Amino acid sequence: MSDPRVDPDVDLRVPADRAELSAHPAAVLGVIAAGGVFGALARAGAQSAVPHQAGGFPWATFAVNVTGCLLIGVLTAALAARPAHPLTRPFLGVGVLGGFTTFSAYAVDAQRLLADGAAVTAGGYLTATVLAALAAVAAGDAVTARALAARDGRRR
Amino acid sequence: MTVLLIALGAAIGAPLRYLTDRAVQSRHAAPFPWGTLTVNVAGSLLLGGLLAAPVDPRVTALVGTGFCGALTTWSTLGYETLRLARTGERRVAYANMALSVVAGLGAAFLGYVLVTALAG
Repeated sequence: MSDPRVDPDVDLRVPADRAELSAHPAAVLGVIAAGGVFGALARAGAQSAVPHQAGGFPWATFAVNVTGCLLIGVLTAALAARPAHPLTRPFLGVGVLGGFTTFSAYAVDAQRLLADGAAVTAGGYLTATVLAALAAVAAGDAVTARALAARDGRRR
Repeated sequence: MTVLLIALGAAIGAPLRYLTDRAVQSRHAAPFPWGTLTVNVAGSLLLGGLLAAPVDPRVTALVGTGFCGALTTWSTLGYETLRLARTGERRVAYANMALSVVAGLGAAFLGYVLVTALAG
């Protein structure tokens, strides 16, 4: 793992990331916008399927954020192990998964719960999202890296 | 109509996150992911204020669900924290998560308080 990447959206220490915007500005920003639309509509669909009741646990946003974290783990492990089209990360990572997950709804839902006097639910929501999100990223990364390595092993 | 407004907001919010992240990183060489923190806190401030205001549901779809939702991200925050922890920057990883949660929550409160004060 000599990959210096910390930020999966864009990390200027990664030469390809640094160069991509000036090389293909319309393509890069276009696929990010398109991916963001898909991700945001999927999130809005989940939120309207399981509406957030005042004072209740925001299950839809919780599930969206944890699922998005699982998938960014899968995506980054796959991109690290396999050559891919240069627009794959901007479209799927920055656009779709960035648009799907949301930090603003996480913060504001917790703030609303606190303001409504549901401090236990707010604390539980804040903590559960952090723990589940980190576990999901780690799981997505580990399972994908192992699966791809096993496949490479069989090929040799 | 709501779908189109969410789509329009997201089509602006997602590229703006990418451009903001680049702009912040080009000013800070530190491993701390300031770019992601910037968009997450800014989006939380804006959404906190928006939901305190008596706005049309169409504005909420465009600016809240679409723009703020796509501007901010949990997937990026989660991955960054894992990477920092794995590369031996355990303290930076904890600091990133703690600062994001505290600053995001604080920004949501600030937005709510500011708009409530202005509207009242």
